[in-house]
Amino acid sequence: MSANAGTVSEKNPGVRAKSAKPASPWAHAFRRLRKNRLAVTGLVFLILMGLFCTVGPLFSPYVDERVTGANFNRPPSAQNWLGTDNLGRDILTRLMLAGRISLTVGIASMLLSVLIGSVLGAVAGYYRGIVDQVIMRFADVLMTIPSLPLLIIMGAVLSDLKVPSDYRIYIVMLMLSILGWPGLARLVRSQILTLSQREFMQATEVLGLRDRRKIFVHLLPNTLPLLIVVATLSVAGAILSESVLSYLGLGVTPPTPSWGNMMDSANSLIDFQKRPWLWMPPGVAIFATVIAINLLGEGLRDALDPKMKK
Amino acid sequence: MAIYVLRRVLNMIPILIGVSVIIFFVFAMTPGDFVDSNQKLTPERQAELRALYGLDKPVLERYFIWMGNVLQGDFGYSMQHQIPVTSLLNQYLWNSFMIAVATLFLTWTIALFIGVFSAVRQHSWFDALVTLGVFATMSFPSFFLGLLLIKFFAVDLHWLPVGGMISTGSQTTGWAYVWEVAKHMILPVIVLTVLGVGSLTRYFRTNMLDVIRQDFVRTARAKGLKEKVVVYKHALRNALLPAITLLAFELPGLFAGAIITEKIFNWPGVGQIHMQALEIRDYPVLMGLTMLLSMLTIVGNLLADIMYGVADPRVRIK
Amino acid sequence: MTTMTNTLAEIKGLSTYFHTEEGIVKAVDDVSFSIPAGRTVAVVGESGCGKSVTALSVMRLVAEPGRIEKGEIRFGDQDLLRLREGEMRGLRGNDIAMVFQEPMSSLNPVLTIGEQLIEPLMEHRLLSKKEARAESAGLITRVGIPRAEEMLKAYPHELSGGMLQRIMIAIALSCQPKLLIADEPTTALDVTVQAQILDLLNGIKAESNTAILLITHDLGVVAEMADHVVVMYAGKVIEEAPVIELFQNPRHPYTKGLLRSKPVIGRREERLYSIPGQVPQLIGLGEACAFADRCESCLPVCRERRPVITQGENGHLVACWLYEEGVSRDE
Repeated sequence: MSANAGTVSEKNPGVRAKSAKPASPWAHAFRRLRKNRLAVTGLVFLILMGLFCTVGPLFSPYVDERVTGANFNRPPSAQNWLGTDNLGRDILTRLMLAGRISLTVGIASMLLSVLIGSVLGAVAGYYRGIVDQVIMRFADVLMTIPSLPLLIIMGAVLSDLKVPSDYRIYIVMLMLSILGWPGLARLVRSQILTLSQREFMQATEVLGLRDRRKIFVHLLPNTLPLLIVVATLSVAGAILSESVLSYLGLGVTPPTPSWGNMMDSANSLIDFQKRPWLWMPPGVAIFATVIAINLLGEGLRDALDPKMKK
Repeated sequence: MAIYVLRRVLNMIPILIGVSVIIFFVFAMTPGDFVDSNQKLTPERQAELRALYGLDKPVLERYFIWMGNVLQGDFGYSMQHQIPVTSLLNQYLWNSFMIAVATLFLTWTIALFIGVFSAVRQHSWFDALVTLGVFATMSFPSFFLGLLLIKFFAVDLHWLPVGGMISTGSQTTGWAYVWEVAKHMILPVIVLTVLGVGSLTRYFRTNMLDVIRQDFVRTARAKGLKEKVVVYKHALRNALLPAITLLAFELPGLFAGAIITEKIFNWPGVGQIHMQALEIRDYPVLMGLTMLLSMLTIVGNLLADIMYGVADPRVRIK
Repeated sequence: MTTMTNTLAEIKGLSTYFHTEEGIVKAVDDVSFSIPAGRTVAVVGESGCGKSVTALSVMRLVAEPGRIEKGEIRFGDQDLLRLREGEMRGLRGNDIAMVFQEPMSSLNPVLTIGEQLIEPLMEHRLLSKKEARAESAGLITRVGIPRAEEMLKAYPHELSGGMLQRIMIAIALSCQPKLLIADEPTTALDVTVQAQILDLLNGIKAESNTAILLITHDLGVVAEMADHVVVMYAGKVIEEAPVIELFQNPRHPYTKGLLRSKPVIGRREERLYSIPGQVPQLIGLGEACAFADRCESCLPVCRERRPVITQGENGHLVACWLYEEGVSRDE
């Protein structure tokens, strides 16, 4: 009959009952996620968007991007549902192809920043001392420089180096993850710091496990719920950053299409004022995708960690 | 407290060095420079200019020269405008500042009211609406929102000017001038406010929800205080405390975030200058502004810590 | 029951449920007992048995997702559960005051002690700020803290837990309540400080004839403070008796277990007794007696039906099949 146990459970008997439930935490989280209508909507939308971008072009008669001179700058019609651009390309088809690039950039740069961020964060949190100092100072530095000017500069450098369009998307991914990892590293590090205080880590100490095993088998998996949430949300951030950069002509550059660089047409006064079908669809696509990711991410946060919700 | 501040100041130094190194070497990677892009120059003149601007020296030496100057407040010389970067920024910074202050004021007021209100009414339809709205504002690409607003309010409805700070060829003075500038400010301020208000509302909402569950709020209720007093005196004060730190973080972020918006609305601020400088690769300006914003961020962090220390009695004493 | 004192508050059939995602938690289930004016009633039980929720229900301060489902709380001639929120607010901190378990977190960290003390005085007794300040200095002295003026300007983090609990008591006493609810007032404190706080509470009771509803898990505290004891288990009252009767003649196996698990000075034992098992989950409790799984004298009937609380001699009430007549004792 300890006093501490009393304080916790007295305030909310529900919590006590919850923790006693034997179901696996993942199944439990999934059940919670399914109940969250907004998150499910987001997930369904993302799946549809993924299908739209990957499978969609297969059903399009315009996929070869042939320039049909007679057909340029047409407003939406029965043949071209979203109209055609100034080279006579079907906007709807381009939207799908651009979506492939934008989504790929978003997901790939997320994976890369999660990889860098979690490894560096775990190493910093586990070894502490000088390693920690060096890694975290570096992260601080990257987080201090305002990200947009830095991205713009890096994009400008890419243009000056005349990097071909095909390679640029890889470099853009790299740029975005360079800016993305410090935040993740900080999170993982603080989680690792608290986890190392727990009994099960003291147990691994007694067992004499190797460091690598301790970090990758015992510590990092425990940060997974948080990591999943942050990673999901960071895809949204990456898609937004990519779109800004590409809109400015500093990210993914034509002929490779991306949602951002499709909106480049808004930079021309005539197109902007008279041909909104050129730039509105990609804008809406970015907005809808990002909001869906955000809804899903928040749903995951609520589902994976009920404590965070409160 | 004094020791704490001193330690924080010392902590800033390695960050500052790191920031300057990264900024400088990213720029140093670029193949072209101002002299290259001007093809009218003879090779002799090019060499002369390079010597003049110190572009012929080794990279490392150039870094130390640049850093030394920066520490003395000299951010270099704009090649395009032919004036020191600091005077150039000084000319335009105030225009950006106007937008930033208006945005900051609006964002905080709206976020505070909506955030607190929706926290107090958690699970109400209002709260659900706010949550959805928060996600919507957080998901807008800044340029898309700007373009949409221009398209509807300026191009289609002709309610507001398309861009700039005053109408072309305008000769207004006095109040008419103020009114004209204000009209031009409306759309960019709306864009920046919408972009910022979502996350801040959420921040206030979660903070407030956290605080409302605390024991001392229950105590306040147990004392029989009016719910208004419980919420606005006991809960809000505690919820606002961590927000003070945010205030100091925000300002540099606002300048950086305004770059796209200023470009779209053609607003003559530092963001606009930044984009112009980018086009002709006026590197001293780009480096100067990035460095300045980073320094603002560092100082903002420090300020945030100090402000928090002053505001929170628990920290104040130490 | 002694009828010399009149009843100050009476709880009748109180049920408070928590509507969680896993289901309904019946934290307080059909609880009834009464509090005589000027007496101390202790509610005892292990953590999670619903005693704190009972206290909060009396204040009507149960937090979401908890809700008071049914019952009646008579206080004077009114039913607290039927009052409008504004009327209830007028009673809180005024006629009914509460002291919480965690003094460290129960005071607002960004307000001074003085600011927090004057609030109920200004709210309920309509004193001016100046009068309230003078009054609160007196209160601080009354709860045994020296240098009252200095104390008024202090912030909570500058004070120890024991001091803060005294301040909490001062706040609670400020409007001379008829009923003081003390929810584990000493649990979070050091042993030496605990005794001081209990003395303080006893002194208050003697001085101002305030009734105290004491929530505790500590039978030592009960022995020292209570006139009357209510034992709760899994959201229900299972035994109720005057304090001496209960200690001398415990009837419910759970109460017996509680008493046996308390160390007695001078008696040497191999091991201190502890009741086997844990408090059951409060979701989906079946028809069986909630204590059946842990009970040493469990009968077949205990697994089928719940016993109801029945009156015995010496004002002793118990809910246990062992004391019902005509119950088959065959295993």
